[in-house]
Amino acid sequence: MQSEISFDPDDRYNAFLAICRKAPCGTGPLAGVAVAVKDNISTKGIETTCASKILKGYVPPYDAHVVELLRQSGAAIVGKTNMDEFGMGTTTENSAFGPTLNPADTGRVPGGSSGGSAAAVAAGMVRMAIGTDTGGSIRCPAAFCGIVGLKPTYGRVSRFGLIAYSNSLEQIGPMATNVTDVSLLMQVIAGHDRRDTTSYNHPYRHTPDADIKGLKIGIPNEYFGAGVDKKVAGVVERAIARLGELGATPVPCSIPSMEYALAAYYVTCTSEASSNLARFDGVRYGPAADTKKPWHDAYRDVRRAGFGTEVRRRIMLGTFALSSGYYGKYYAKAQIARENVKKDFSRILAGVDVIAGPTMPTIAFKLGEKSDPLSMYLADILTVPANLAGIPAISVPCGKADGMPVGLQIMGRPFADERVVDVAYAYEQAVA
Amino acid sequence: MVTEQDVQHIAELADIGIDEAELGTFTAQFNAILDYFDVLDRVQGDGAGARDLINVMREDVVEPSLPQEDVLRNAPAQEDGFIKAPRVM
Repeated sequence: MQSEISFDPDDRYNAFLAICRKAPCGTGPLAGVAVAVKDNISTKGIETTCASKILKGYVPPYDAHVVELLRQSGAAIVGKTNMDEFGMGTTTENSAFGPTLNPADTGRVPGGSSGGSAAAVAAGMVRMAIGTDTGGSIRCPAAFCGIVGLKPTYGRVSRFGLIAYSNSLEQIGPMATNVTDVSLLMQVIAGHDRRDTTSYNHPYRHTPDADIKGLKIGIPNEYFGAGVDKKVAGVVERAIARLGELGATPVPCSIPSMEYALAAYYVTCTSEASSNLARFDGVRYGPAADTKKPWHDAYRDVRRAGFGTEVRRRIMLGTFALSSGYYGKYYAKAQIARENVKKDFSRILAGVDVIAGPTMPTIAFKLGEKSDPLSMYLADILTVPANLAGIPAISVPCGKADGMPVGLQIMGRPFADERVVDVAYAYEQAVA
Repeated sequence: MVTEQDVQHIAELADIGIDEAELGTFTAQFNAILDYFDVLDRVQGDGAGARDLINVMREDVVEPSLPQEDVLRNAPAQEDGFIKAPRVM
Protein backbone atom coordinates (compact mmCIF):
# COMPACT_ATOMS: atom_id res chain seq x y z
CA MET A 1 0.00 0.00 0.00
CA GLN A 2 1.26 3.43 -0.98
CA SER A 3 1.69 5.71 2.03
CA GLU A 4 3.10 8.80 0.33
CA ILE A 5 3.62 10.20 -3.13
CA SER A 6 6.45 12.32 -4.49
CA PHE A 7 5.44 15.60 -6.02
CA ASP A 8 8.08 17.67 -7.71
CA PRO A 9 6.43 19.68 -10.47
CA ASP A 10 7.91 22.30 -12.73
CA ASP A 11 5.75 25.19 -11.53
CA ARG A 12 6.36 27.47 -14.48
CA TYR A 13 2.90 29.05 -14.14
CA ASN A 14 3.33 30.04 -10.46
CA ALA A 15 0.28 27.95 -9.61
CA PHE A 16 1.55 26.95 -6.17
CA LEU A 17 2.35 28.92 -3.03
CA ALA A 18 3.45 25.82 -1.12
CA ILE A 19 4.48 22.43 -2.47
CA CYS A 20 4.58 19.21 -0.41
CA ARG A 21 7.29 17.20 -2.15
CA LYS A 22 6.48 14.12 -0.05
CA ALA A 23 2.72 14.02 0.51
CA PRO A 24 1.12 11.34 2.69
CA CYS A 25 -1.82 9.44 1.25
CA GLY A 26 -4.00 6.49 2.18
CA THR A 27 -6.71 4.17 0.97
CA GLY A 28 -10.16 5.10 -0.26
CA PRO A 29 -11.89 6.48 -3.35
CA LEU A 30 -9.02 8.94 -3.97
CA ALA A 31 -6.16 6.65 -2.92
CA GLY A 32 -2.88 8.20 -4.02
CA VAL A 33 -4.57 10.95 -6.07
CA ALA A 34 -2.65 14.26 -6.03
CA VAL A 35 -5.03 17.04 -4.99
CA ALA A 36 -4.10 20.73 -4.76
CA VAL A 37 -5.89 22.93 -2.23
CA LYS A 38 -6.51 26.66 -2.55
CA ASP A 39 -4.48 28.64 -0.06
CA ASN A 40 -7.49 30.07 1.82
CA ILE A 41 -8.33 26.59 3.16
CA SER A 42 -6.67 25.54 6.42
CA THR A 43 -4.20 22.65 6.21
CA LYS A 44 -2.69 21.45 9.47
CA GLY A 45 1.08 21.82 9.36
CA ILE A 46 1.12 23.43 5.89
CA GLU A 47 1.53 27.21 5.60
CA THR A 48 -1.76 28.90 4.64
CA THR A 49 -1.53 32.54 3.58
CA CYS A 50 -4.59 33.42 1.45
CA ALA A 51 -1.88 34.82 -0.86
CA SER A 52 -1.48 37.69 1.62
CA LYS A 53 1.57 39.09 3.34
CA ILE A 54 -0.57 39.47 6.46
CA LEU A 55 -0.66 35.66 6.86
CA LYS A 56 2.91 34.94 5.73
CA GLY A 57 4.25 32.21 7.98
CA TYR A 58 0.85 31.19 9.37
CA VAL A 59 0.67 27.42 9.87
CA PRO A 60 -2.86 26.30 10.84
CA PRO A 61 -3.07 24.06 13.92
CA TYR A 62 -6.07 22.21 12.40
CA ASP A 63 -7.46 20.95 9.09
CA ALA A 64 -10.51 22.37 7.34
CA HIS A 65 -13.40 19.89 7.18
CA VAL A 66 -12.84 19.31 3.45
CA VAL A 67 -9.16 18.63 4.09
CA GLU A 68 -10.05 16.03 6.74
CA LEU A 69 -12.39 14.41 4.21
CA LEU A 70 -9.70 14.47 1.49
CA ARG A 71 -7.22 12.79 3.83
CA GLN A 72 -9.83 10.16 4.82
CA SER A 73 -10.48 9.45 1.13
CA GLY A 74 -6.81 8.56 0.59
CA ALA A 75 -5.93 11.70 -1.39
CA ALA A 76 -2.45 13.24 -1.19
CA ILE A 77 -2.53 16.98 -0.51
CA VAL A 78 0.42 18.04 -2.62
CA GLY A 79 0.31 21.79 -2.24
CA LYS A 80 -1.47 25.07 -1.72
CA THR A 81 -2.47 27.06 -4.76
CA ASN A 82 -2.10 30.70 -5.65
CA MET A 83 -5.13 32.98 -5.61
CA ASP A 84 -6.20 36.59 -5.51
CA GLU A 85 -5.43 37.80 -1.99
CA PHE A 86 -8.27 36.55 0.27
CA GLY A 87 -10.21 35.62 -2.89
CA MET A 88 -10.63 39.24 -3.95
CA GLY A 89 -10.19 39.33 -7.69
CA THR A 90 -10.97 37.80 -11.06
CA THR A 91 -7.45 37.23 -12.40
CA THR A 92 -5.12 35.94 -9.60
CA GLU A 93 -3.05 39.08 -10.25
CA ASN A 94 -3.98 40.31 -6.75
CA SER A 95 -1.75 37.68 -5.13
CA ALA A 96 0.99 39.13 -2.91
CA PHE A 97 3.26 36.45 -4.35
CA GLY A 98 2.96 37.21 -8.05
CA PRO A 99 0.31 36.29 -10.62
CA THR A 100 -0.40 32.79 -11.90
CA LEU A 101 -0.12 32.45 -15.69
CA ASN A 102 -2.70 30.77 -17.89
CA PRO A 103 -1.27 27.50 -19.26
CA ALA A 104 -3.29 28.02 -22.47
CA ASP A 105 -1.48 31.35 -23.09
CA THR A 106 1.12 32.59 -20.62
CA GLY A 107 0.47 36.19 -21.67
CA ARG A 108 -2.99 35.89 -20.17
CA VAL A 109 -4.45 35.51 -16.68
CA PRO A 110 -5.87 32.16 -15.54
CA GLY A 111 -8.94 33.88 -14.08
CA GLY A 112 -9.59 34.07 -10.38
CA SER A 113 -9.67 33.93 -7.67
CA SER A 114 -8.89 30.15 -7.73
CA GLY A 115 -6.42 30.70 -10.58
CA GLY A 116 -3.65 28.55 -9.09
CA SER A 117 -5.99 25.57 -8.69
CA ALA A 118 -7.25 25.92 -12.28
CA ALA A 119 -3.76 26.32 -13.76
CA ALA A 120 -2.40 23.36 -11.77
CA VAL A 121 -5.20 21.16 -13.16
CA ALA A 122 -5.05 22.55 -16.70
CA ALA A 123 -1.27 22.07 -16.85
CA GLY A 124 -1.63 18.45 -15.70
CA MET A 125 0.32 19.03 -12.48
CA VAL A 126 -2.54 17.55 -10.42
CA ARG A 127 -5.59 15.51 -11.34
CA MET A 128 -7.91 17.50 -9.10
CA ALA A 129 -7.99 20.69 -7.09
CA ILE A 130 -10.15 22.39 -4.51
CA GLY A 131 -11.25 25.97 -5.08
CA THR A 132 -13.64 28.41 -3.48
CA ASP A 133 -16.32 30.45 -5.22
CA THR A 134 -17.66 33.67 -3.69
CA GLY A 135 -18.75 35.34 -6.92
CA GLY A 136 -17.38 33.03 -9.60
CA SER A 137 -13.93 32.17 -8.27
CA ILE A 138 -14.17 28.49 -9.27
CA ARG A 139 -16.13 28.91 -12.50
CA CYS A 140 -14.19 31.87 -13.92
CA PRO A 141 -10.73 30.23 -13.80
CA ALA A 142 -12.26 26.92 -14.95
CA ALA A 143 -13.65 28.73 -18.00
CA PHE A 144 -10.46 30.71 -18.69
CA CYS A 145 -8.18 27.65 -18.36
CA GLY A 146 -10.46 25.15 -20.11
CA ILE A 147 -11.31 22.83 -17.21
CA VAL A 148 -14.45 21.88 -15.24
CA GLY A 149 -15.40 23.60 -11.97
CA LEU A 150 -18.47 23.29 -9.75
CA LYS A 151 -19.80 25.80 -7.26
CA PRO A 152 -22.02 23.61 -5.10
CA THR A 153 -25.32 24.68 -3.56
CA TYR A 154 -24.67 26.90 -0.55
CA GLY A 155 -24.52 24.67 2.53
CA ARG A 156 -23.66 21.45 0.75
CA VAL A 157 -19.92 21.60 1.52
CA SER A 158 -18.71 22.61 4.97
CA ARG A 159 -16.86 25.92 5.18
CA PHE A 160 -15.21 24.98 8.50
CA GLY A 161 -11.55 25.90 8.14
CA LEU A 162 -12.10 28.15 5.14
CA ILE A 163 -10.63 31.55 5.99
CA ALA A 164 -13.75 33.62 5.57
CA TYR A 165 -14.07 36.52 3.16
CA SER A 166 -17.83 36.66 2.54
CA ASN A 167 -19.59 33.92 4.51
CA SER A 168 -23.06 34.26 3.05
CA LEU A 169 -21.81 33.84 -0.53
CA GLU A 170 -18.74 31.62 -0.58
CA GLN A 171 -18.66 27.88 -1.09
CA ILE A 172 -15.85 25.34 -1.48
CA GLY A 173 -16.00 23.21 -4.63
CA PRO A 174 -14.22 20.73 -6.91
CA MET A 175 -12.14 21.41 -10.05
CA ALA A 176 -10.75 18.86 -12.55
CA THR A 177 -10.21 18.33 -16.27
CA ASN A 178 -13.43 16.33 -16.65
CA VAL A 179 -16.93 16.11 -15.17
CA THR A 180 -16.45 12.58 -13.81
CA ASP A 181 -13.54 13.69 -11.61
CA VAL A 182 -15.41 16.81 -10.48
CA SER A 183 -18.32 14.59 -9.47
CA LEU A 184 -16.00 12.15 -7.67
CA LEU A 185 -14.31 14.97 -5.73
CA MET A 186 -17.72 16.47 -4.89
CA GLN A 187 -18.76 13.10 -3.46
CA VAL A 188 -15.75 13.21 -1.12
CA ILE A 189 -16.16 16.80 0.12
CA ALA A 190 -19.97 17.17 0.42
CA GLY A 191 -21.91 16.35 3.55
CA HIS A 192 -22.97 17.67 6.91
CA ASP A 193 -20.56 19.18 9.40
CA ARG A 194 -21.89 20.69 12.60
CA ARG A 195 -18.88 22.97 12.87
CA ASP A 196 -20.32 24.99 9.97
CA THR A 197 -23.65 26.41 11.16
CA THR A 198 -24.82 26.81 7.54
CA SER A 199 -24.07 23.17 6.66
CA TYR A 200 -26.97 21.04 5.41
CA ASN A 201 -27.27 17.30 5.77
CA HIS A 202 -27.39 16.59 2.08
CA PRO A 203 -24.63 14.20 0.97
CA TYR A 204 -23.74 13.83 -2.71
CA ARG A 205 -23.70 10.27 -4.01
CA HIS A 206 -23.95 10.35 -7.73
CA THR A 207 -22.55 8.91 -10.92
CA PRO A 208 -22.91 11.31 -13.85
CA ASP A 209 -25.69 10.36 -16.28
CA ALA A 210 -25.58 11.68 -19.84
CA ASP A 211 -29.29 11.19 -20.56
CA ILE A 212 -30.84 14.65 -20.75
CA LYS A 213 -33.79 13.83 -23.04
CA GLY A 214 -36.82 15.93 -22.20
CA LEU A 215 -34.90 18.35 -19.98
CA LYS A 216 -35.91 22.01 -20.25
CA ILE A 217 -33.02 24.48 -20.31
CA GLY A 218 -33.73 28.14 -19.57
CA ILE A 219 -31.71 30.56 -21.72
CA PRO A 220 -31.73 34.03 -20.10
CA ASN A 221 -31.43 36.80 -22.67
CA GLU A 222 -29.31 38.81 -20.19
CA TYR A 223 -26.53 36.21 -20.59
CA PHE A 224 -26.22 37.01 -24.28
CA GLY A 225 -26.74 40.77 -24.20
CA ALA A 226 -24.67 43.92 -23.78
CA GLY A 227 -21.17 43.36 -22.43
CA VAL A 228 -20.96 39.74 -23.58
CA ASP A 229 -18.38 39.20 -26.34
CA LYS A 230 -20.11 38.14 -29.58
CA LYS A 231 -17.65 35.34 -30.27
CA VAL A 232 -18.01 33.94 -26.75
CA ALA A 233 -21.81 34.14 -27.04
CA GLY A 234 -21.62 32.34 -30.39
CA VAL A 235 -19.55 29.46 -29.00
CA VAL A 236 -21.99 29.05 -26.10
CA GLU A 237 -25.05 29.24 -28.39
CA ARG A 238 -23.62 26.37 -30.44
CA ALA A 239 -23.02 24.36 -27.26
CA ILE A 240 -26.63 24.90 -26.20
CA ALA A 241 -27.77 23.83 -29.68
CA ARG A 242 -25.78 20.66 -29.10
CA LEU A 243 -27.71 20.06 -25.87
CA GLY A 244 -30.85 20.47 -27.99
CA GLU A 245 -29.64 17.73 -30.34
CA LEU A 246 -29.24 15.50 -27.27
CA GLY A 247 -32.96 15.86 -26.54
CA ALA A 248 -33.10 18.90 -24.26
CA THR A 249 -35.39 21.82 -25.02
CA PRO A 250 -34.04 25.39 -24.79
CA VAL A 251 -36.60 27.82 -23.34
CA PRO A 252 -36.01 31.59 -23.56
CA CYS A 253 -36.29 33.37 -20.20
CA SER A 254 -35.34 36.60 -18.45
CA ILE A 255 -33.73 37.52 -15.13
CA PRO A 256 -34.77 41.18 -14.60
CA SER A 257 -32.83 41.45 -11.32
CA MET A 258 -29.59 41.05 -13.30
CA GLU A 259 -29.82 44.83 -13.66
CA TYR A 260 -28.61 45.28 -10.08
CA ALA A 261 -27.26 41.82 -9.16
CA LEU A 262 -23.61 42.85 -9.54
CA ALA A 263 -24.04 45.96 -7.37
CA ALA A 264 -25.87 43.88 -4.74
CA TYR A 265 -23.05 41.35 -4.84
CA TYR A 266 -20.26 43.90 -4.37
CA VAL A 267 -22.06 45.73 -1.56
CA THR A 268 -22.66 42.42 0.23
CA CYS A 269 -19.20 40.92 -0.19
CA THR A 270 -17.32 44.09 0.72
CA SER A 271 -19.53 44.59 3.79
CA GLU A 272 -18.89 41.04 4.96
CA ALA A 273 -15.18 41.42 4.19
CA SER A 274 -14.90 44.57 6.28
CA SER A 275 -16.12 42.58 9.27
CA ASN A 276 -14.33 39.28 8.56
CA LEU A 277 -10.94 40.80 7.87
CA ALA A 278 -10.99 42.82 11.10
CA ARG A 279 -9.37 39.76 12.69
CA PHE A 280 -6.08 40.39 10.91
CA ASP A 281 -4.38 42.71 13.36
CA GLY A 282 -1.01 41.09 14.03
CA VAL A 283 -1.99 39.77 17.45
CA ARG A 284 -2.93 36.10 17.06
CA TYR A 285 -1.12 35.44 13.77
CA GLY A 286 0.81 37.21 11.06
CA PRO A 287 3.46 39.94 11.32
CA ALA A 288 3.63 41.33 14.85
CA ALA A 289 1.75 44.45 15.87
CA ASP A 290 3.91 46.86 17.87
CA THR A 291 2.48 46.20 21.34
CA LYS A 292 4.04 49.41 22.67
CA LYS A 293 1.88 51.58 20.41
CA PRO A 294 -1.76 52.52 21.08
CA TRP A 295 -3.95 49.80 19.54
CA HIS A 296 -5.44 51.78 16.63
CA ASP A 297 -1.95 52.85 15.57
CA ALA A 298 -0.53 49.35 15.97
CA TYR A 299 -3.33 47.70 13.95
CA ARG A 300 -3.25 50.38 11.28
CA ASP A 301 0.48 49.90 10.73
CA VAL A 302 0.18 46.10 10.44
CA ARG A 303 -2.82 46.28 8.10
CA ARG A 304 -1.30 49.02 5.93
CA ALA A 305 1.83 46.89 5.41
CA GLY A 306 0.13 43.48 5.25
CA PHE A 307 -2.90 43.95 3.00
CA GLY A 308 -2.70 44.55 -0.75
CA THR A 309 -4.46 47.45 -2.46
CA GLU A 310 -7.58 45.56 -3.56
CA VAL A 311 -8.13 44.12 -0.08
CA ARG A 312 -7.80 47.57 1.48
CA ARG A 313 -10.17 48.98 -1.15
CA ARG A 314 -12.82 46.36 -0.40
CA ILE A 315 -12.51 46.69 3.37
CA MET A 316 -13.01 50.44 3.02
CA LEU A 317 -15.93 50.06 0.58
CA GLY A 318 -17.62 47.65 2.98
CA THR A 319 -16.96 49.87 5.97
CA PHE A 320 -18.58 52.72 4.03
CA ALA A 321 -21.60 50.61 2.93
CA LEU A 322 -22.28 49.67 6.56
CA SER A 323 -21.60 53.10 8.04
CA SER A 324 -24.21 55.27 9.69
CA GLY A 325 -26.20 57.21 7.09
CA TYR A 326 -25.31 54.89 4.19
CA TYR A 327 -26.47 51.49 5.46
CA GLY A 328 -30.01 52.01 4.15
CA LYS A 329 -28.86 53.16 0.72
CA TYR A 330 -26.36 50.36 0.18
CA TYR A 331 -26.43 47.30 2.45
CA ALA A 332 -30.17 47.19 3.14
CA LYS A 333 -31.00 47.73 -0.55
CA ALA A 334 -28.50 45.06 -1.57
CA GLN A 335 -30.26 42.52 0.65
CA ILE A 336 -33.62 43.28 -0.98
CA ALA A 337 -31.95 43.02 -4.39
CA ARG A 338 -30.49 39.67 -3.37
CA GLU A 339 -33.95 38.45 -2.38
CA ASN A 340 -35.24 39.53 -5.80
CA VAL A 341 -32.45 37.57 -7.55
CA LYS A 342 -33.44 34.51 -5.53
CA LYS A 343 -37.10 34.99 -6.50
CA ASP A 344 -36.23 35.34 -10.19
CA PHE A 345 -34.32 32.05 -10.11
CA SER A 346 -37.12 30.30 -8.17
CA ARG A 347 -39.68 31.48 -10.72
CA ILE A 348 -37.59 30.40 -13.74
CA LEU A 349 -36.45 27.10 -12.21
CA ALA A 350 -40.07 26.18 -11.47
CA GLY A 351 -40.57 25.95 -15.24
CA VAL A 352 -37.18 24.67 -16.43
CA ASP A 353 -34.73 22.11 -15.06
CA VAL A 354 -31.54 24.14 -15.48
CA ILE A 355 -30.40 27.52 -16.79
CA ALA A 356 -27.51 27.81 -19.26
CA GLY A 357 -25.32 30.59 -20.60
CA PRO A 358 -21.69 31.67 -20.80
CA THR A 359 -19.61 31.46 -17.60
CA MET A 360 -17.66 34.62 -18.43
CA PRO A 361 -18.51 37.45 -20.82
CA THR A 362 -15.08 37.29 -22.47
CA ILE A 363 -12.05 35.04 -22.88
CA ALA A 364 -9.13 35.34 -20.41
CA PHE A 365 -7.75 38.89 -20.15
CA LYS A 366 -4.17 39.73 -20.98
CA LEU A 367 -1.96 40.19 -17.92
CA GLY A 368 -2.39 43.75 -16.66
CA GLU A 369 -5.39 44.41 -18.91
CA LYS A 370 -7.88 45.09 -16.09
CA SER A 371 -6.22 47.86 -14.12
CA ASP A 372 -9.39 49.72 -13.15
CA PRO A 373 -11.27 48.06 -10.25
CA LEU A 374 -14.78 48.71 -11.57
CA SER A 375 -14.01 47.19 -14.98
CA MET A 376 -12.63 44.13 -13.16
CA TYR A 377 -15.82 43.86 -11.06
CA LEU A 378 -18.01 44.03 -14.20
CA ALA A 379 -16.39 40.81 -15.49
CA ASP A 380 -18.22 38.91 -12.71
CA ILE A 381 -21.70 39.80 -13.97
CA LEU A 382 -22.61 36.28 -15.18
CA THR A 383 -21.26 34.36 -12.19
CA VAL A 384 -22.45 36.37 -9.16
CA PRO A 385 -26.19 35.63 -9.57
CA ALA A 386 -25.68 31.96 -8.59
CA ASN A 387 -23.87 33.03 -5.40
CA LEU A 388 -26.57 35.54 -4.48
CA ALA A 389 -29.22 32.83 -4.98
CA GLY A 390 -27.13 30.05 -3.35
CA ILE A 391 -27.78 27.70 -6.28
CA PRO A 392 -25.38 25.16 -7.85
CA ALA A 393 -23.51 26.20 -11.00
CA ILE A 394 -20.92 24.39 -13.08
CA SER A 395 -18.58 25.56 -15.86
CA VAL A 396 -17.64 23.04 -18.54
CA PRO A 397 -15.35 23.76 -21.53
CA CYS A 398 -17.39 24.24 -24.72
CA GLY A 399 -14.93 25.36 -27.37
CA LYS A 400 -12.67 28.28 -28.09
CA ALA A 401 -12.87 31.92 -29.13
CA ASP A 402 -9.74 33.61 -30.49
CA GLY A 403 -7.85 30.45 -29.54
CA MET A 404 -8.79 30.65 -25.84
CA PRO A 405 -11.12 28.34 -23.88
CA VAL A 406 -14.78 29.28 -23.35
CA GLY A 407 -16.93 27.91 -20.53
CA LEU A 408 -20.57 26.85 -20.69
CA GLN A 409 -22.26 27.62 -17.37
CA ILE A 410 -25.15 25.50 -16.13
CA MET A 411 -27.10 26.60 -13.06
CA GLY A 412 -29.70 24.52 -11.27
CA ARG A 413 -32.22 24.32 -8.47
CA PRO A 414 -30.95 24.40 -4.89
CA PHE A 415 -29.51 20.97 -3.96
CA ALA A 416 -29.83 19.76 -7.56
CA ASP A 417 -26.05 19.77 -8.02
CA GLU A 418 -26.43 16.29 -9.55
CA ARG A 419 -28.57 17.75 -12.33
CA VAL A 420 -26.06 20.43 -13.39
CA VAL A 421 -23.34 17.77 -13.30
CA ASP A 422 -25.43 15.55 -15.59
CA VAL A 423 -26.01 18.30 -18.15
CA ALA A 424 -22.29 19.16 -18.16
CA TYR A 425 -21.50 15.46 -18.51
CA ALA A 426 -23.93 15.03 -21.40
CA TYR A 427 -22.27 17.90 -23.24
CA GLU A 428 -18.75 16.68 -22.47
CA GLN A 429 -19.54 13.13 -23.67
CA ALA A 430 -21.25 14.40 -26.83
CA VAL A 431 -18.22 16.41 -27.94
CA ALA A 432 -15.57 13.97 -26.70
CA MET B 1 -20.00 61.82 -4.07
CA VAL B 2 -17.33 61.08 -1.47
CA THR B 3 -14.45 63.45 -0.74
CA GLU B 4 -10.85 62.75 0.22
CA GLN B 5 -11.85 63.64 3.80
CA ASP B 6 -14.59 60.94 3.68
CA VAL B 7 -12.11 58.34 2.46
CA GLN B 8 -9.66 59.37 5.17
CA HIS B 9 -12.45 58.95 7.76
CA ILE B 10 -13.39 55.48 6.43
CA ALA B 11 -9.74 54.43 6.53
CA GLU B 12 -9.63 55.47 10.18
CA LEU B 13 -12.83 53.56 11.00
CA ALA B 14 -11.38 50.44 9.36
CA ASP B 15 -7.87 50.82 10.89
CA ILE B 16 -6.60 50.35 7.36
CA GLY B 17 -3.95 53.06 7.10
CA ILE B 18 -3.84 55.33 4.08
CA ASP B 19 -1.11 57.54 2.63
CA GLU B 20 -1.63 61.08 1.44
CA ALA B 21 -0.44 59.98 -2.01
CA GLU B 22 -3.15 57.28 -2.31
CA LEU B 23 -6.10 59.43 -1.29
CA GLY B 24 -6.80 60.88 -4.72
CA THR B 25 -6.79 57.51 -6.50
CA PHE B 26 -8.94 55.78 -3.88
CA THR B 27 -11.41 58.68 -3.86
CA ALA B 28 -11.78 58.66 -7.66
CA GLN B 29 -12.22 54.85 -7.68
CA PHE B 30 -14.77 54.98 -4.85
CA ASN B 31 -16.80 57.57 -6.69
CA ALA B 32 -16.85 55.47 -9.88
CA ILE B 33 -17.87 52.36 -7.91
CA LEU B 34 -20.47 54.19 -5.80
CA ASP B 35 -21.94 55.72 -8.98
CA TYR B 36 -22.38 52.18 -10.25
CA PHE B 37 -23.98 51.13 -6.92
CA ASP B 38 -26.63 53.83 -7.46
CA VAL B 39 -28.50 51.27 -9.58
CA LEU B 40 -29.65 49.87 -6.20
CA ASP B 41 -31.89 52.95 -5.88
CA ARG B 42 -34.13 51.27 -8.46
CA VAL B 43 -34.59 48.09 -6.40
CA GLN B 44 -38.25 47.42 -5.59
CA GLY B 45 -39.52 44.98 -2.98
CA ASP B 46 -39.49 44.50 0.75
CA GLY B 47 -36.99 41.65 1.15
CA ALA B 48 -39.69 39.71 2.99
CA GLY B 49 -38.04 36.39 2.16
CA ALA B 50 -34.91 37.32 4.08
CA ARG B 51 -37.01 37.98 7.19
CA ASP B 52 -38.57 34.51 7.00
CA LEU B 53 -35.25 32.89 7.84
CA ILE B 54 -35.15 31.10 11.19
CA ASN B 55 -32.26 30.27 13.46
CA VAL B 56 -31.33 26.62 13.97
CA MET B 57 -30.31 26.29 17.62
CA ARG B 58 -28.38 23.60 19.46
CA GLU B 59 -27.27 22.96 23.02
CA ASP B 60 -24.00 24.58 23.98
CA VAL B 61 -21.89 21.55 24.85
CA VAL B 62 -18.30 21.93 25.99
CA GLU B 63 -15.91 19.83 23.94
CA PRO B 64 -12.15 19.35 23.93
CA SER B 65 -10.34 22.23 22.24
CA LEU B 66 -6.88 22.58 20.74
CA PRO B 67 -3.96 22.43 23.16
CA GLN B 68 -2.90 25.90 24.35
CA GLU B 69 0.52 25.40 22.80
CA ASP B 70 -0.99 24.86 19.33
CA VAL B 71 -3.25 27.89 19.66
CA LEU B 72 -0.37 30.14 20.68
CA ARG B 73 2.07 28.88 18.09
CA ASN B 74 1.22 31.54 15.50
CA ALA B 75 0.97 34.47 17.92
CA PRO B 76 3.91 36.83 17.35
CA ALA B 77 4.00 38.23 20.90
CA GLN B 78 3.31 36.18 24.02
CA GLU B 79 3.74 36.45 27.76
CA ASP B 80 3.13 33.78 30.41
CA GLY B 81 0.93 31.67 28.12
CA PHE B 82 -1.14 34.65 26.99
CA ILE B 83 -1.26 36.50 23.69
CA LYS B 84 0.18 39.97 24.01
CA ALA B 85 -1.83 42.79 22.43
CA PRO B 86 -1.17 46.52 22.03
CA ARG B 87 -2.22 48.73 24.93
CA VAL B 88 -5.78 50.04 24.82
CA MET B 89 -5.34 52.97 27.22
